Amino acid sequence: MRRNGSRGKVKSQTEFEARLDPGFAAEIAAEVPDGDRLLGCLQCGTCSGACPLSMYMDLTPRRVIELTRAGARDEVLGSSTIWVCASCYACTVQCPKQIPITELMHAFRRRAFEAGAYPRRFTNPVMTRELVAMAEERGRSTESWIAMKAYLRTDPLQLLKHAVVGLRLMLRGRMSFKRESIRDRRQLAELLRALEAAPAAPGPAPSEPTAREPVPAREGAR
Amino acid sequence: MRYPYYPGCSVGGTAKAYEESLLAVLERFDLGLDELDDWNCCGASAAPSIDEDRAIALSARNLALAEERAEDSAPVDLLTPCAGCYRALLAAQRSLAEQPAVARRIDGALQAVGLRYERRVHVRHVLDVLANEVGTEAISAAVTRPLDGLKVACYYGCLLVRPNATFDDERNPTSMDRLMEAVGAEPLDWPLKTRCCGGSCYGADPFSGTTPQGALSLSYALLREASRRGADAVVTACPLCQFNLEAFQGEMTRTFGTPIDLTVGYVTQFVGLALGLPERRLGIHRMLRWRLPEREPVAAEGGVHARA
Repeated sequence: MRRNGSRGKVKSQTEFEARLDPGFAAEIAAEVPDGDRLLGCLQCGTCSGACPLSMYMDLTPRRVIELTRAGARDEVLGSSTIWVCASCYACTVQCPKQIPITELMHAFRRRAFEAGAYPRRFTNPVMTRELVAMAEERGRSTESWIAMKAYLRTDPLQLLKHAVVGLRLMLRGRMSFKRESIRDRRQLAELLRALEAAPAAPGPAPSEPTAREPVPAREGAR
Repeated sequence: MRYPYYPGCSVGGTAKAYEESLLAVLERFDLGLDELDDWNCCGASAAPSIDEDRAIALSARNLALAEERAEDSAPVDLLTPCAGCYRALLAAQRSLAEQPAVARRIDGALQAVGLRYERRVHVRHVLDVLANEVGTEAISAAVTRPLDGLKVACYYGCLLVRPNATFDDERNPTSMDRLMEAVGAEPLDWPLKTRCCGGSCYGADPFSGTTPQGALSLSYALLREASRRGADAVVTACPLCQFNLEAFQGEMTRTFGTPIDLTVGYVTQFVGLALGLPERRLGIHRMLRWRLPEREPVAAEGGVHARA
């Protein structure tokens, strides 16, 4: 940037601003109970200080909130932050403005999944999907299978590294490869299906467009 | 009395000893567990990252199942040993109570499959029930083999008291410390009680390429501090915390160069030991490492108090 002098700087600044999506903050805020509190963020950095993993994130939680307000959809959804977050709620309970930061992280993840913008070799998004798919389909999650599937998809070498721990657990009856399942898988499937059919709109007007509808992802960001 | 019981998936796997020791301890107080028939996985912290309504529905089915066998209109105490499940159940309850639109959708879907949730369930974590229902006094009175000043670091982890603290302080919880005192152990003063162990980070995956050693460094920080303060053991009340802190100590030693070798057990195991229950019934044989200082031989008479 500096090499191009101030002209280049202005250009890249303009490009950045052109990419911003001013509606991003409102869109995310509407998805999370009390999510609109993010608009009142003081940028005090308490969340980043409370976060035990912020040093492993490319953007600290504070910056994620500010970039969200600025409408930097791509930066936020493409950050490692939303996947490094361990959902430990340390930030949420410390935030002086009571911003539900952890729930916002979940909302960002949902958006990133929808937009297909999650890093394929990160274990976390892959494991998240495997666990939820297994829970919804079989009604139970089997630890050994989730780990195996996630590693096969991301980094099969990890399986070897984990083999020793796995073996020690097996010897003590703490790990099995039997896939667990509930009896009434049909009921669970129907429950989840019924949810999709259920009216999603708040209030008495069921025809209103709803938060459940997929949001026009990248085009809106222009 | 018997509690409706939601074990969660880990208890069938890595946390088998948690359930075994829980059953043994409760039995001593004439309490039993009735496992919910055909309960389903709560989706842990992962489910809300895919779809919030579906995450709530997973727990709502379990809440409905908990009410099914209870008498009409009677409140139901649903017991769960896992902090992850506990959070999921509480989060579902909170959404159902505070978001009418969500409640309508979930109730409608439950109804469609012949289920009904009448908001009668009170979700209780094992630690809550031990400390506040069984009570530290009753437990202390039942001690036959006090833990003799065993130095313990009480580790609550993140999701037991956050984000919806119900039975203890969200920053400085004390129920486990009081429980350990009641059985003659010496809970250490340490500041990492509720700091995340990294277990939910990527499903106890300290080798992940996501964040080199991110999760591992979190559990390492906890164990190093516990060791430094002279802990003989770390006491946990969550399957994920226990596994994460116990299983990767070798890897920690190799990665960080400081030898880490600490016993990490479930709160129910330590209570059980003090009640004089046989190690086998407490699942001690399932632990990857278990080394505690020798205690006095078994007291000749039962009912010896932990402290004078």
